[in-house]
Amino acid sequence: MSAEPESFAFDAESEAKIATILPRYPEGKQASAVIPLLYVVQKQMGRQTGSAWVPRVAMDVVADRLSMPPIRVYEVATFYFMFNTKPIGRYHLQVCGTTPCWLRGSDDVLRACKDAGALKGYGDTSADGLFTLTEMECMGACVNAPMIAVDDDYYEDLDYESTVRLIESLKRGERPKPGSVISRQTSAPEGGPQVLTGAEQE
Amino acid sequence: MAKVTVDGIEVEVPNGASVLQACEAAGKEVPRFCYHERLSVAGNCRMCLVEVEKAPKPVASCAYPVMDGMKVFTDTAVVRQARRNVMEFLLINHPLDCPICDQGGECDLQDQAVAYGHDKSRYGEPKRAVKDKDIGPLVKTVMNRCIQCTRCVRFCAEVAGTPELGGTNRGENMEIGTYVEKALTSELSGNLIDICPVGALTSRPYAFVSRPWELSKTDSIDVLDAVGANIRVDARGPEVLRIIPRINEAVNEEWMADRGRFSFDGLKRRRLDRPWVTRGGKLVAATWPEAFAAIAAKLSALPGERIGAVAGALADAESVLALKDLMAAYGSTNLDCRDDFAAIDASRPDFYRFNTTIAGIDEADALLIIGSDVRREAPVLNARIRKRWSAGKFPVGFIGPRGVDLTYPATHLGDTPAAMAGFVETLKAAQKPMIILGRGALQRADGAAVLAAGWQLAADVGALTPDWHGFNLLHLFGGQVGALELGFVQGKPLADMLAGGVDALWLLNADGFEPSRIAPGTFVIYQGHHGDAMAARADVILPGAAYTEKDATWVNTEGRAQRGRLAIFPPGEAKEDWRILRAYSEGVGKTLPYDDTNAIRARLAQASPVFARVGDVVGGGCTDTTAPAGGTPTDAPFVLPIAVYHQADVISRASDTMAECAAVYGPQPAMAAE
Repeated sequence: MSAEPESFAFDAESEAKIATILPRYPEGKQASAVIPLLYVVQKQMGRQTGSAWVPRVAMDVVADRLSMPPIRVYEVATFYFMFNTKPIGRYHLQVCGTTPCWLRGSDDVLRACKDAGALKGYGDTSADGLFTLTEMECMGACVNAPMIAVDDDYYEDLDYESTVRLIESLKRGERPKPGSVISRQTSAPEGGPQVLTGAEQE
Repeated sequence: MAKVTVDGIEVEVPNGASVLQACEAAGKEVPRFCYHERLSVAGNCRMCLVEVEKAPKPVASCAYPVMDGMKVFTDTAVVRQARRNVMEFLLINHPLDCPICDQGGECDLQDQAVAYGHDKSRYGEPKRAVKDKDIGPLVKTVMNRCIQCTRCVRFCAEVAGTPELGGTNRGENMEIGTYVEKALTSELSGNLIDICPVGALTSRPYAFVSRPWELSKTDSIDVLDAVGANIRVDARGPEVLRIIPRINEAVNEEWMADRGRFSFDGLKRRRLDRPWVTRGGKLVAATWPEAFAAIAAKLSALPGERIGAVAGALADAESVLALKDLMAAYGSTNLDCRDDFAAIDASRPDFYRFNTTIAGIDEADALLIIGSDVRREAPVLNARIRKRWSAGKFPVGFIGPRGVDLTYPATHLGDTPAAMAGFVETLKAAQKPMIILGRGALQRADGAAVLAAGWQLAADVGALTPDWHGFNLLHLFGGQVGALELGFVQGKPLADMLAGGVDALWLLNADGFEPSRIAPGTFVIYQGHHGDAMAARADVILPGAAYTEKDATWVNTEGRAQRGRLAIFPPGEAKEDWRILRAYSEGVGKTLPYDDTNAIRARLAQASPVFARVGDVVGGGCTDTTAPAGGTPTDAPFVLPIAVYHQADVISRASDTMAECAAVYGPQPAMAAE
């Protein structure tokens, strides 16, 4: 974990990404690319420092690249929760606590995150710098509630034990396959498809 | 045009106007917080709700366009209830600290809470608390009071052209601020205080000083730049407590520059409040008769051509005229009002006026700025240029030092007079091209040649036609043009007078040059209001009145004569300047032919037509394109005349507020290389 860095510059990978982003917008409307570019910044910080966040100097770099006043970039970066304006852990555990997940046991998932990740609560980063715990509003995976998002990956159908297993494997440096942890096929019913199996034709 | 019926009153408004504008046209007042007629529409305070026939809900009138045949109701039970509800939400997080709030008594929220507020709050939860921001020495913030109307954000981005304020975070956590703690860099930041509808942005120097109803309010003119912004001087007893702008669409709209607004505390410091006379090589306090006697003894022994007079940046027209008449009575024609050595040609008014006029900027379609940092020399005029630029299709060229940020994009053509050639094609392509020549560009050895070259360029590109005058000289202070209009440029020029061309020199507010340039042995009479460097060189000091302390006429850079009025009395024994000259003249038997303000103003009107039409401007096109005498400018780069914006004149140099600004905004001490 690092405090505000002295400077920021896009690396080659980010530059390649930016080269595909900027032409999407008409000439003179480059400021529209502010959200994708901030996302590029956050990704690059994740690659370089292990903490995917957007430092203030990087916002200035984005403002300069898009010829817009820095304050307009600050406004956007602070408006969206997806941009971390403070350093975070290597893995960003985003727990959904909205009604469907809560009814299906998100409290257990939260408890598992705290226990296994050694976290005190929402907003906390573990002492080893591995995990940051955040409460997120509904991320649209209600059919497989409860769920958490680790960075960009969804893990669904969780309970206390499976959440602990997930966090333990993250600690070992593994990335379990995203999706339902009970081998559900996308959002099909538990135990496999119940309709359109071919049986109806009889 | 669209016909709209507001509460039964039929009005016609242009298509595209908002319902709120239609209501105003019908004379109906609609409460508002976020809407401001000179800013873009935000529509986020919801206070301006009205009912429109066939609309299912109340609509925000500021953001709702009119349609032909629309029927609007501004005072129905639904509207009143809706506004009450909006007010209740606004007050949820607004602290109940009106008794200690500087906005109290002139607060939009306070006034409208009287009309639409509940008598008690139904909100029991803790209120939101927001950290106060430090945005510089002029604007104080109490962010708990902010209702997030975003007027300040829009003002900075649109009018001032320094987008530094913004709304960060979201929802309940939204805060107005700069995100990174920094002082606002705008020279118009004081206007944020005026446009803030609540007490979130207030004046730091005025904090906890007074209530609006305790102040005596006097209309006046800002003379600390040459725009001539219309102001109101608020005073209590012998003190000016604040200065705020008045609306004049042709001059300052409703804005005003920071130096004029905040330097008034300089009116209390380093003042000359009694006459002084040199005795035995030392200045000693004297009485008026002693001072007059000392002057009379010297001047009566000299032939007229050995006497000279200089009028300076802050001299009002009445006293300049009185001084001119007094010099004529002595047989002297050595008069110069160009105390900064600007090579101004006073032979024709349009050689030294801002001929396009400030309102005329709106019509121009190309602009070349030569040797003038308009942003710091005339911030309000610069905002007018920016407004024109924002409207589109307005190429701007700039000649002067590199790195000047005018708040709008300008093509940097170079920093020498030769760079004028680089913009000829753009100006020629324009219908109404405009050239602004800074007074600072004439303060050089080849100033006359620069003036001639600027005029010639205007003539060549078609900026001088019978119905468009595109040549403009931008002056720096409020007293400069008035003296030119009165022909205070005669006989020996200032440089000759200083170099021993005269034996006695009468300086009226003349602080523009280094006192050390005056030849030793010259008898110096300094008539002014501040004990600045020049007063120390004087043999006799006559204490005059500052611009807030006299009824005086000022001519702005356009040649628009405007009247300032006495707000407070001059300190101590100081007197109005023309009365000093009148009293002196009587003592030496050369009585000037006017006894009161009306008489001297009648004399002013005879001397120059601009004084006969106060408040108005001559304007019009150019029928004679003959250039002033000049030559070929050298290749010397332009130097800007104002080094420190906040300390450019004697009043602001005496001001603590301005000293603090100069420390904050001035050049930062160089960092040691690591």
